[in-house]
Amino acid sequence: MATDSLTAPDGAALRAASELVSALPPAPAAWCSGLHKRYRKRTAVEDVSLQVGRGEVVGLLGPNGAGKTTVIKMLLGLVRPDAGEAMLLGRPSADPAARARVGYLPELFRYQPWLSAAEVLALHVRLAGGDVSRAEQAECLSLVGLGGRAADRVGGFSKGMQQRLGLAVALVARPEFVVLDEPTSALDPLGRADVRDIVLELRTRGVAVLLNSHLIGEVERVCDRVVVLDRGRVAASGTLAELLGQRELRLQLTGLTPAAQQRLAATGRVDTDGAWLTVAVPADDDGTAAPDLVADLVALGVRVHAVEPVRISLEERLLGILRDGAASRAGEQS
Amino acid sequence: MTTSDTRPAPDRPAPPGASTLRTVLTVAALTLREASRRRVLLALAALTVALLVLSAWGFSRLAGEALTSGEARLTASIVLNLVMFGFSLVAALGTAFLAGPTLAGETESGIALAVLSRPIRRSAFLLGKWLGLVAFGSGFVVVAGLAEILVVRATVDYWPPSPVTALALLAAQTAVLLTLTVLLATAVSPMASGVIAVGLFCTTWVAGVVGAIGTALGNDAVAQVGAVSRVLLPTDGLWRGAMNAFQDPSAIVQFGGADQGAGAFPFLSVAPLSAAYLAWSAVWVLMIGGLAAAAYIRKDL
Repeated sequence: MATDSLTAPDGAALRAASELVSALPPAPAAWCSGLHKRYRKRTAVEDVSLQVGRGEVVGLLGPNGAGKTTVIKMLLGLVRPDAGEAMLLGRPSADPAARARVGYLPELFRYQPWLSAAEVLALHVRLAGGDVSRAEQAECLSLVGLGGRAADRVGGFSKGMQQRLGLAVALVARPEFVVLDEPTSALDPLGRADVRDIVLELRTRGVAVLLNSHLIGEVERVCDRVVVLDRGRVAASGTLAELLGQRELRLQLTGLTPAAQQRLAATGRVDTDGAWLTVAVPADDDGTAAPDLVADLVALGVRVHAVEPVRISLEERLLGILRDGAASRAGEQS
Repeated sequence: MTTSDTRPAPDRPAPPGASTLRTVLTVAALTLREASRRRVLLALAALTVALLVLSAWGFSRLAGEALTSGEARLTASIVLNLVMFGFSLVAALGTAFLAGPTLAGETESGIALAVLSRPIRRSAFLLGKWLGLVAFGSGFVVVAGLAEILVVRATVDYWPPSPVTALALLAAQTAVLLTLTVLLATAVSPMASGVIAVGLFCTTWVAGVVGAIGTALGNDAVAQVGAVSRVLLPTDGLWRGAMNAFQDPSAIVQFGGADQGAGAFPFLSVAPLSAAYLAWSAVWVLMIGGLAAAAYIRKDL
């Protein structure tokens, strides 16, 4: 078939090839594999691979100095990786054209203090090569709550207002992929809620988002998937359901027999805390584990006083991942 | 884990970003706007007006003296060169301290992060900055220089032999110094790049004067100092060419001839610029500019 199309006259081969390519699913919004970066003697990022699908909201979590911002900068072609590959919207990051449909709010956000907010947006639209009308630019400023300050110089803006402006800059050129590095670090609670709404709105429009934030609750509410970085490596990654899949049951029981204890241990790990027992429920539970366990315990003569489902928060899970990492490192050293 | 290790297939061609020319012009216009909105413009304007008024007063006093026409032309030439040197120094200071903040300062503060994450080439961005700065610096020396020429004409009725060449060479001198500052600003802090550039500018000028004294005294070793420094940093060479075009041709003879002391005098120039030296200056700008672009492209932001 390939030979046929190659020899076909009148550019039919070209047409066939273009049909073949257009039938392919679009490349991910961001993709990187085996990224490494060293700053002098310190390794900042080691063998990081991750992917942000089209229309997907991915959270990047990790302690200070985990390499989150460096990974973001390598994805955007602002920092040269020592090894590894990165692609944006199907193009290598080193190619400036890869960033044509990308919006970025840096962690260190500063905008030309001698320009007005509207002029900053106009500049970014020009540099992006886009065709965004004045009205749409003004709308973008209103979206981030700066509608009334369009003509004011950025030099007179507070940190929070500059961060809002940064958000408008990231959104103004109709991006297909938005990178937000600590987008709420300077914002008040109201501003944080605004950012959350904006990210959710982007998701409904099918815009992919990579969100780096210390506010785990924020990430938990808006992200489809989470990547946890620790000391420059990917410590965990998966959907929230995968990461938080592990649930627990808290039970208050009396009249525990050895047979009942065996039944409990068969469900999952058991921790005792005074009168309360905590049992881990398997991740693949389809909702029958708790009623089955209670029915069996009652049948074994145990008196059941209370049963409470416990949901593990992302914060607990994250701390668990980071502590496990620290413990295994300590184990390797000793 | 959903990450695939195979490289994704290339996507449909991405929409083209801003064309390189559009980027260069946008950044150049932005740099000019920055210059016009920062205090540096106000400071430049104040210094320029002060120099113009001072020289107008000086020249009008000169017109009152009983001088022969030859003496008057010699004095006008020397004082004109002196004032022009003042302008070129003001331009050097102004642009050097503008280039530092606009490049190194933006990298330090984070302004560059948002701008360079746009679909633009860093070399186009740097060229735009350079073009904006050169337009600003050259515009300043040409406007201020022309105003001074008119002041001289009005007060002592002296008109330099080739004012266009002279002003063009002054502008070229500013461009050369700016290129050096841009290179420095890709590597060191904003303040340091300005200080080093102005320091080198002054050093080359002093080396040029020392070399001229060496030539006048017939000491080749000392004369070499000026020749070598003029090749390393072409600001002084271009400045001497500009002086030659500002001064009256008879001034050297009036002063006692090229080998009698006029050559050693810092505000007279004995010879016009050679085409070879002009070509070298252009090559120098291309070389240093290319070096700056190479350094900037490799920089981790």
